[in-house]
Amino acid sequence: MKTKFTFLFCLFAGLLFAQETEKTQKKLPSVELKDLSGSVINTANMGFEGPVVISFWATWCSPCKKELNTIHDLYPDWQDETGVTLVAVSVDDEKTKRQVAVYSNGKAWDYEILLDPNGDFKRAMGVNNVPHTFLIDTEGNIVYSHNNYAPGDEDELYEEILKLGSK
Amino acid sequence: MNLNFLLLAPFVMGASFLFAQGSISGNAESTFQYLNEDTVIGANQPPSKGLINSYMNVFYTNGNFKAGMRLESYLPRIQGYPNRFDGTGLGMRYVGYKNDFVDVTLGSFYEQFGSGLALRAYEDRALGYDNLLDGARVIVKPKPGIVLKGVYGYQRLSFQSGRIVHADGIVRGIDGEIHLNEAIKKMSDSELDIVLGASFVSKYQKDDNSTLILPENVGAYGGRFQLMYKNFFLDGEYIQKEQDPSNDNNYIYNYGHASVFNLTYTKKGLGLLFSAKSVDNMSYRSDRTKDLQDVFINYLPALNKTHTYNLVATLYPYATQPVGEVAYQVDFLYTFKRKSKLGGKYGTTIGANFSTTYQPKMDASSINPNDSTGVAYTSTPFVMSDSLYWQDINFNITKKINKKFSGILSYYNIKINNDVAKISNDAQGVINAHIGVVEMLYKIAPKHSIRAELQGLFVKPQANGENDKGDWFTALVEYTISPHYFFSFMNQYNYGNSDASKRVNYPIVTCGYIKESTRFTVSFGRQRAGLFCVGGVCRFVPANNGLTLSFTQSF
Repeated sequence: MKTKFTFLFCLFAGLLFAQETEKTQKKLPSVELKDLSGSVINTANMGFEGPVVISFWATWCSPCKKELNTIHDLYPDWQDETGVTLVAVSVDDEKTKRQVAVYSNGKAWDYEILLDPNGDFKRAMGVNNVPHTFLIDTEGNIVYSHNNYAPGDEDELYEEILKLGSK
Repeated sequence: MNLNFLLLAPFVMGASFLFAQGSISGNAESTFQYLNEDTVIGANQPPSKGLINSYMNVFYTNGNFKAGMRLESYLPRIQGYPNRFDGTGLGMRYVGYKNDFVDVTLGSFYEQFGSGLALRAYEDRALGYDNLLDGARVIVKPKPGIVLKGVYGYQRLSFQSGRIVHADGIVRGIDGEIHLNEAIKKMSDSELDIVLGASFVSKYQKDDNSTLILPENVGAYGGRFQLMYKNFFLDGEYIQKEQDPSNDNNYIYNYGHASVFNLTYTKKGLGLLFSAKSVDNMSYRSDRTKDLQDVFINYLPALNKTHTYNLVATLYPYATQPVGEVAYQVDFLYTFKRKSKLGGKYGTTIGANFSTTYQPKMDASSINPNDSTGVAYTSTPFVMSDSLYWQDINFNITKKINKKFSGILSYYNIKINNDVAKISNDAQGVINAHIGVVEMLYKIAPKHSIRAELQGLFVKPQANGENDKGDWFTALVEYTISPHYFFSFMNQYNYGNSDASKRVNYPIVTCGYIKESTRFTVSFGRQRAGLFCVGGVCRFVPANNGLTLSFTQSF
């Protein structure tokens, strides 16, 4: 028991000291996901120029669909003004995975769609439940996140995107 | 303190310096219930009155190194969770190394081969479902477009006294996938996009049965493909399983199979999907004596839409019969363009979905029950009998009327065979339910919105007058203030129950506060017994009455 405590103490002491010198920054984790065409995309290296919004959703999640349909109407303006790209990551598993293409195309979405059927990216990003939206700056740092969706939340998200542009 | 540890201390301190330079992420969730006795709905008060579930994930990466763990705590578990979960401790932990060529993990991991018909280790914390593999995994990418995987481990069965309890049998598997257009230069410009894959999975469990000679090593193997040409997308997988006598199949010696095919056609504004599935004797667990949702090696999802409105989603949901079924589904979505006759100013979306499931044709006429092969029947993939298990026909229209007001109209007709997919103790045969839902959303001010749902469920009485629990009515009102608050009130009323004493109201109030990735919710009221489902997996939640507090956090 005593040794266990010493071990933990050393670990925390080390962490504490290290925190003083270097601040940890949450970066996008590297997970391989497929897009709707079946091509493999690494989430740490998606290759977009401007800021990126990552929105976790599912075909069975009503608030998720409300959020993405609302942003769909605003998206052309958002892109023109800030160069933002929205990546909609579906957490639908094999049961409803094929309905993702039906829904996203049926709704004429212009988003990048990624499939996370076994929850690997969801887990790596610390998502408890959908919808959960993240904003990533051009250096790949996660600068803002919001769980849940209520009408009007898109305005707050857009303000955060604008903040990045003025940096 | 012994000398070894003194020597180790600087090393540990150094190691944690290293840690702080990488990236840490994770999440936490805690759910507390205080439950009251409520004899009207049959809700019991647990002896401890209070119940609490918590977990926290911490993931760390630094360059190519990765490590992670999850601490879980059940003091005791909340209602509806697997009753053997108790204590506080490590529920998952791993270390690993990953670069562009190789990805090695030691410890706990989640994995899926193809569409999961042969192997899927995954978790759903809301359900208490976790069949992770504890062991080793290697993923190799020898060249672009080629992925090879190998896994070896024991599955998590339970979590007792704060420790993982493993299943009896060990699981091994390999999987390979090639994307021809990436791997072969000549094909890189081809309009036809091809992905091919194959899996082999095997389990070993000692034969401890005194009367039967059981196969100790049971394999499951098969292949898959995926073709894309312009707007068409076709994919399929076929997996065969060797003889696997088990509690699920009453210890028969038949081979099993599972197969799924999907054809999708999509373009801007239109989506169309046709799916077909055949399953026979395909329950595949790392312990042949287990049942319910325990230690499945593979994943056999139901072929239907996952509904969201409360009455449709929780009263009559369907889960795959691993013993056997043949299923078909059509899913359709179309958006009428803006400024068109039917589209109006903002466009109108219509959706339709049809799914049906039958028992496979199992022919026992050529089987001699006295022979020693243990084969119980013969069957052919996709050949079905006329015994209906499930049918769902549903339509919906989504329309934005003006800047402030929008709505969704939905209709569902569900038939579920309660003798096979047991859902109720109050019915026999096929339950036939019609459900209508009206949802309206009104934006009062830029940050203030009100949303309402009216749902009616009507059960068509059978010839003998039986109609399960009869008709239901649900009303929900939700008020949201972006981005921080929500308040909702829902009441479910079982007004059509043939037993007048069971015509009960289930009112519940929920309030929430959200700040970025932190969320608190409080709910108080009655919740009826029912199936709580995520994806294709459901768990039964007993009726309860009381207070539920929940907290979630991402970091």
